[in-house]
Amino acid sequence: MSRLKTLFKHKNSNILNIYITAGFPALNDTILIVQELEKAGADIVEIGMPFSDPLADGPTIQASSQKAIENGITLSKIFEQVIEIRKTVQIPLILMGYFNQVLKFGVPQFFRKAREVGIDGLIIPDLPIDVYKNEYASLVDEIDLDLIFLITPQTSNERIKMIDKLSNGFLYQVSSHSTTGAQQDLQTSQIEYFKRVKTLNLANPTLIGFGIFNHDTFTAACQYANGAIIGSAFINAVANSTDLPSTIHQFVKDISES
Amino acid sequence: MKKYKHMHYQINDKGYYGGFGGAYIPEMLHANIEELKTQYLRIIEQKDFQDEYKDLLSNYVGRPTPLSYARRLSTKYRSKIYLKREDLTHTGAHKINNTVGQILIAKRMGKTRIIAETGAGQHGVAAATVCALMGMKCIVYMGEVDIKRQSPNVTRMKMLGAEVRVVKSGSRTLKDATNEAIRDWINHPVDTYYIIGSVVGPHPYPDMVARFQSVISDEIQKQLKRMEGREFPDKVIACVGGGSNAAGAFYHFLDNKEVELIAVEGEGLGITSGKTAATIRIGEEGVFQGSKTLLMQDHEGQIVEPYSISAGLDYPGVGPFHAHLFKSGRGTYLVATDKEALAAAFELTKLEGIIPALESAHALAALKKIVLLPDEIVVVNLSGRGDKDLEIYSKNGNYE
Repeated sequence: MSRLKTLFKHKNSNILNIYITAGFPALNDTILIVQELEKAGADIVEIGMPFSDPLADGPTIQASSQKAIENGITLSKIFEQVIEIRKTVQIPLILMGYFNQVLKFGVPQFFRKAREVGIDGLIIPDLPIDVYKNEYASLVDEIDLDLIFLITPQTSNERIKMIDKLSNGFLYQVSSHSTTGAQQDLQTSQIEYFKRVKTLNLANPTLIGFGIFNHDTFTAACQYANGAIIGSAFINAVANSTDLPSTIHQFVKDISES
Repeated sequence: MKKYKHMHYQINDKGYYGGFGGAYIPEMLHANIEELKTQYLRIIEQKDFQDEYKDLLSNYVGRPTPLSYARRLSTKYRSKIYLKREDLTHTGAHKINNTVGQILIAKRMGKTRIIAETGAGQHGVAAATVCALMGMKCIVYMGEVDIKRQSPNVTRMKMLGAEVRVVKSGSRTLKDATNEAIRDWINHPVDTYYIIGSVVGPHPYPDMVARFQSVISDEIQKQLKRMEGREFPDKVIACVGGGSNAAGAFYHFLDNKEVELIAVEGEGLGITSGKTAATIRIGEEGVFQGSKTLLMQDHEGQIVEPYSISAGLDYPGVGPFHAHLFKSGRGTYLVATDKEALAAAFELTKLEGIIPALESAHALAALKKIVLLPDEIVVVNLSGRGDKDLEIYSKNGNYE
């Protein structure tokens, strides 16, 4: 059974998934950050593969990606870091990145390599689900990698069910009409959408992401989904940290406890 | 012997030109793209749309644009050279053919807020113009670097009532302005219509923009019939950044193999200089800003910033329409350096009294690079006028 399935089997609420851009703030900080996140109690870590043109990301993740590229991050470096991380870390690890880099690496090669180094799931926001279904789904089944797709407030129930069928691990429920990093309290229309998705009785667990940045938004999201994903707020926290372990433990504590 | 199927250069029902195109977009844009995809053809084919579009093209844009016989240029190159005068349209470039069409689609879809990206500012001006005409709110994204080098167009957009948003992300040029426009659309999926300026982006944009620009080759056919007694030239030459003016100039000749389609990319300082925008020549297949196409990228799949003296040609991708024409061998893709383009611009100005845009000057530069026969009919698409480039011309001119 995959690490993600095992996780959700044992814990199906208040799942905390933290996103960190690989190679940020310094090139090799990724290793320490993921190790400390596990110790602090994060359930899943999503490692971002920095891309020059990240369409779905807001200013915070864009800036961190640019910095990481300047730091010298590459896909092979990320795979090396994951190998190092996997020496101790047991929680599920996900890679998030844009399709061009995967295509350039070679899609089958990339999927296999990711699995080999200990990655459990992939999020590729600009890989359309129909292309995935026709060209790559059988390969992914074969190597037991979880492909995680996004749903949004504009995704119809019918389409959500279709995406649910093709997804493994969990569904990434985008909280609002926005790129990553928006910060405001959850609106009534968002709550209605969360409720709508909840009534669909989907096969996969759902994690709510985009705009989740503090204890209140995390707790609210967890009422309607199995957990939530925090990215930009965490990037901001580590960006100026002079003591990564204590920053990370404090961050996770602040999210989890009121 | 195996009989080969007729090659298709138009988009197929899945939104691809051969192996290029598609809609590689995040789920956040799926509903928007789907809405546009299901509506654009239906809207374009409606009579009231066609009536309004044609009326605006003739009475507002100033179409048909002339097909000028370039007498002295023809003598020099020993051929019959015609210039398709897109420089004479309202706002001074072919970009307006597309914005007029898209604003009418936006209106019929009930959208109230228009966004656009711009590099040199020509598309931004064309978008701001039709928004002023229709009384619609317009936001134009433009890179900080481009704002500095194209300030007259920024003034024009602001005067036309558009809000020009400075893009400070990435390399602060056209590709980043496009990223920001797409992000804006993700943040405003319901009321906003995104007017893309070239044959790029996710399906259906490349096809829709090509259709609106196809008025160029439609007119060339009619004008040549009248002037030469035949509906097609031997060669059509156009410059390619994203590729919208070339798509328009080639469109009605795609299936006529007697017409040689010649596209010219901005070579910048030279193919191997690291300062070039010759995407087709040095690019590799990839996915960028919504479509699978040829891209300037490094071995990690990071997008490489292009360079050309012409701000309208320095885009790291190219429309999937062109990637397919190139790969299938239907189109000939040439390059012209900054210097060659400048020389061609000065030549046209002196021989014909027409100051071309730097982009169009790249198409003119190809005249020196191809074999021309005395009786051949060659059409060069003069995609825009050179007013916006006067500063560069004055720096590089030789007025002895």
